Amino acid sequence: MPNDHETLSALQRRAFDLRIDNLTAITAAASGHPGGTLSAMDIMQALFFGEMRHRPNEPHWPDRDRFVLSKGHAVPALYTVLAHAGYFSRDLLPTLRRLGSPMQGHPANFITPGIEASTGSLGQGFSIAIGMALASKMEGNKFRVYSMIGDGESQEGQIWEAAMAAPKFALDNLVVILDHNKGQIDGFVDEVMSLNPIADKWKAFNWHVVTCDGHDYTSIQAAFAEARATKGKPTFILAETTKGKGVSFMEGKIGWHGVAPTQAQLEDAVRELRAAKAGFEATIELGGKA
Amino acid sequence: MGAIVENKPGSTSVASRDSFGDTLVRLGETHPELVVLEADLSESTRSKKFAKKFPDRFFQMGIAEANMLGVAAGLSLAGKVPFCCSFACFVTSRFDQVRMSVCYSATNVRVVGSHAGVGIGEDGYSQMGLEDIALMRSLPTMTVIQPADDLETAGAVEALLTHKGPAFLRTTRQKLDRVNKEGYKFELGKGVTLVDGKDLTIVASGGTVGGAVKAAALLAKDGVSVRVINIHTIKPIDVPLLAKAARETKRILTVEDHQVTGGLGGAVCEALAEVEPVRIRRHGILDVFGESGTPEGLYKHFKLDADGIAEVARDFLK
Repeated sequence: MPNDHETLSALQRRAFDLRIDNLTAITAAASGHPGGTLSAMDIMQALFFGEMRHRPNEPHWPDRDRFVLSKGHAVPALYTVLAHAGYFSRDLLPTLRRLGSPMQGHPANFITPGIEASTGSLGQGFSIAIGMALASKMEGNKFRVYSMIGDGESQEGQIWEAAMAAPKFALDNLVVILDHNKGQIDGFVDEVMSLNPIADKWKAFNWHVVTCDGHDYTSIQAAFAEARATKGKPTFILAETTKGKGVSFMEGKIGWHGVAPTQAQLEDAVRELRAAKAGFEATIELGGKA
Repeated sequence: MGAIVENKPGSTSVASRDSFGDTLVRLGETHPELVVLEADLSESTRSKKFAKKFPDRFFQMGIAEANMLGVAAGLSLAGKVPFCCSFACFVTSRFDQVRMSVCYSATNVRVVGSHAGVGIGEDGYSQMGLEDIALMRSLPTMTVIQPADDLETAGAVEALLTHKGPAFLRTTRQKLDRVNKEGYKFELGKGVTLVDGKDLTIVASGGTVGGAVKAAALLAKDGVSVRVINIHTIKPIDVPLLAKAARETKRILTVEDHQVTGGLGGAVCEALAEVEPVRIRRHGILDVFGESGTPEGLYKHFKLDADGIAEVARDFLK
């Protein structure tokens, strides 16, 4: 069972801080992926603050649940969540992509605590997650494994090799989450190489398929709970997300896939996120609880 | 001149894929962390023996090598020691998966490529591992091993159970005459001097070692004293042993069933250019495709048998 139940409002409040830290790091690095980190952020927070059993002060705890970020370019979001969870200091975040920093541009598991596999060449993390889930099964189903893939990434052939393999081994301890933000570097996924019908493809590959709103914590947690209750097959969560979520001038804009904000743009984004957070807190005080 | 190791060519002749399969089964008894993955070639790679004995630790991944490598990486990251089998050409062609999931993820995956070289015979170029060493050798942290006989294969597999870091093991379809003596102890990274000599050193690996030893005997009849060094660990390569041979015999002939570019020949040139530059002839597959034929016919055609190696050596010494 999850080991750290937080209130919904705590998750929602932290989501603003995570976005600010993430964008601050990307701006400091002057390169990175704002769009796909903001779309993935809420799912990652839900994983590390509630869903997964893990020990930030003991990253190699053998029984921990694993998260493999297959869409490796979203790693600033993961660094941010790991820092807030206590894996390392938040002060490291702005050293993103700097020479000698453990905050590598893409995940490197032998460098950064909490990173389970080195990814960044798309299509590969998902297969690694299958191997971990198999190992867990060999040892009496000791831990669960989660992997996040991107929609552009789903154009890789290896994704479908892996999609074929996991049900063969009845890996009900494996959850694959698609960050369905509908964009990739060269344009909209539907224009570059459409994945539709996505849910039907995964159903046809014999997965249990759940859809959720990837920015609504209640919806995300319900999807995780359904995955947990599913026996005999792996679960695919189709998380509907928005690229650049939380920053109005980035939302849904392809141009924000792989371009860092300028300092001025960062200030605009932070101002907007702080205002939104203040508004959210006011709502909570008025309503008692969210 | 005198043999350091007593050779009885032909006394035992086993394909290294068979020694590999048998050793997996033997070690599987005492090593529960040992797991095996296969991409629909278990009969050919000989992983089938392990599959029959330990079905719970054998994972049939189908004809999907990229996913197989990733799954092996995940198993390794969760504490297993996976041997990941296919033909050398197919498994190393998933280079990006070996690069990222196996090496850069700091795993202990053993990539096992059988059907090394033109020695496979009739199937032709598409099934021949001829560029695999060059690919695997280029990767940071990767160890590259090619055993020359059954004893060495068993020793290599055993060493790879405890070795830290990723490794590539290259095995043959064809039988290999035993070149090491009973009780041989495999030492990772150490070359083996099979025959001593002073006029020329032949450096061979895997399927060409037996022929190199016989070629040395043929050349001895001409009055040429040939040293034969077996390099089973192509990376990290035994630089001191090679440098000593270069100093003492002045000329080096490398012989391999693989492209000379990036293969054993390339590795020896790179090592000696920096410490003991001497004249080197790289012999093997000379930037051409393989083709169909009998294994023996192909070894003769590409001058990888004893007569061919001796002929190339004589030409080199002219």
